[in-house]
Amino acid sequence: MSLSDIRFMRRKVVLRVVSKILIPFILLFGLYVQWHGDFGPGGGFQAGVIFASAFILYALIFGVEQTRRAVPAWVTRSGLAVGVLLYAGVGVATLLLGENFLNYNALASDPIQGQHLGILLVELGVGITVCCAMITIFIAFAGRGRS
Amino acid sequence: MIEAHLPILQVIIPLIAAPVCVFLRHPLITWALATVISWVCLAISIMLLQQVQASGEIIYEIGGWAAPWGIEYRVDTLSAWVMVIVTSVGAVVTPYAKLSAEKEIDRDRLYIFYAMLLLCETGLLGITITGDAFNLFVFLEISSLSTYVLVSMGKDRRGLTAAYRYLIMGTLGATFYIIGVGLMYMMTGTLNIADLAKLIPDVAETRTVQAALAFLTVGLAIKLALFPLHLWLPNAYAFAPSVVTVFLAATATKVAVYALIRIVFTIFGGVDILESVEIRHVLAALAIAAMFAGSAVAIYQTNIKRMLAYSSLAQIGYMILGLSMNSVTGVTAGLVHLFNHAMMKGGLFMVMGCVVYRIGSAKLDDMAGLGKQMPVTMGAFVAGGLSLIGVPLSVGFISKWTLLQAAFEKGWWPVAALIVVSSLLAVIYIWRVVEVAYFREPAAGQVAVKEAPFLMLIPMLLLIGASFYFGIDGTSTLTVAGDAAKALIGGLK
Repeated sequence: MSLSDIRFMRRKVVLRVVSKILIPFILLFGLYVQWHGDFGPGGGFQAGVIFASAFILYALIFGVEQTRRAVPAWVTRSGLAVGVLLYAGVGVATLLLGENFLNYNALASDPIQGQHLGILLVELGVGITVCCAMITIFIAFAGRGRS
Repeated sequence: MIEAHLPILQVIIPLIAAPVCVFLRHPLITWALATVISWVCLAISIMLLQQVQASGEIIYEIGGWAAPWGIEYRVDTLSAWVMVIVTSVGAVVTPYAKLSAEKEIDRDRLYIFYAMLLLCETGLLGITITGDAFNLFVFLEISSLSTYVLVSMGKDRRGLTAAYRYLIMGTLGATFYIIGVGLMYMMTGTLNIADLAKLIPDVAETRTVQAALAFLTVGLAIKLALFPLHLWLPNAYAFAPSVVTVFLAATATKVAVYALIRIVFTIFGGVDILESVEIRHVLAALAIAAMFAGSAVAIYQTNIKRMLAYSSLAQIGYMILGLSMNSVTGVTAGLVHLFNHAMMKGGLFMVMGCVVYRIGSAKLDDMAGLGKQMPVTMGAFVAGGLSLIGVPLSVGFISKWTLLQAAFEKGWWPVAALIVVSSLLAVIYIWRVVEVAYFREPAAGQVAVKEAPFLMLIPMLLLIGASFYFGIDGTSTLTVAGDAAKALIGGLK
């Protein structure tokens, strides 16, 4: 679909209703992949892409302006930075606790719990940054020539 | 305690500072942060170099996972040396950046500029410090992606095409590199550079590993702009904001040379590549071609930033020629030229940054009469130019003298002659600028300009000064480069 006929798409009731039904499930599935990344297939990168695809679907159906109202530029911009900082922050925390960078053992009294917590936070950082990057890239292309 | 963590701090301090810049957003505050961080990085790299010289190689295991399973950072004399080059250029570029970037980059994007500059430094330092071939690829991408953004940031629209072209070529180079790593992994099952160096000799005769070497060499040759894979470089340097050009010209290609050294001398160091694949001869031939093609094309340029970019191609030729000689003196010449070229070319591009700051153009014709109007800046250009030519007492002389010695050692007399002749080509293109700046009267409509501001002059004079300080007393740089070269050649059987 070319982006120029988004206005046309707005009148397509079926697409609007179906995507509205789908979007919450896409988001939920994104969260599932995020939190189960350390037990099964998945992880921050995949989760971030899935989570972002919900916003991209929304943008395809309802237009870029509407999407920017849902996720303003400052949200995605901060998200990009927050994810990296969370990742690096976990590493710095382990440094301050006297272990090597990203040695999660230091994060809890029990090394296994430390590993769990560490990978969870790091993947969360990855997820946030990837999600915001995907949304930013999509909107940057789709919104070209508008502003 | 902190000494033990210096290798990781070297990389994560700029990495963390970059997203912090995105939050701070204020041009002045982000500039101040970037400046402080770049000096902290310089301090760390100098401490690392001292540590390595005092007590040998430093190994740092990320996450406490031992190599070859985990990723390790490994600092030896060579990597510490390259990090000192990168961080010292970074430390003088950031103070310089303030005025130059304000002039050439939109004010509301300045914070992104500083974030990208820090990310680029992160990537370059990461490439240098990592002991893992795949991790090297990741950092290569971090530095490249930030570089594409930096190149496209200027107000000159041609920067966009230049950045796009660089993106295509750079991605090709990175892809080739990762294909090469993949092929090596297929045969050895490891990504750790030291481990690869141990395992590669056993499988060196296989087609797969030879293909890997070809992919790695070509991929990195694109990244370091070795003739004839250099086409992305002149426009990227010419149309990027001046301060970006300074930083890239003095660091990015050097780090790519470093990566090539790691491949040829460390990973394939145990294999007699001269016999199996004539890679060093190919490199030598291309290096000599680069020395002449780069200088010859530089003579015909009307945009002086572009001229200096072509001159960089020739200088890369000298570095690769030194490395291809495969002797301690030759490699020393190549390594010492990494530093020397960073100083003089960084300085010369800073001169052009000052010129662009005042007259808004890097065209030769617009520079008429600048010798009187901007005496310090143009004086620095002459000094830097002399160094580029290789006049005694300048760093250029040290490099070329060492390179000539290496050629004599090898008995490569024709090559020695070619080195001298190609140096003379530099006289021509430097003289063209001197002639216009000092002896041509300014055009009628040309507005007289003032000398560049102090904040830009001081970093420029620091680099130009360094290119004479280390030219008059080259012992310190030659010793470190020599140590690194001995370690590399010692890796050979």
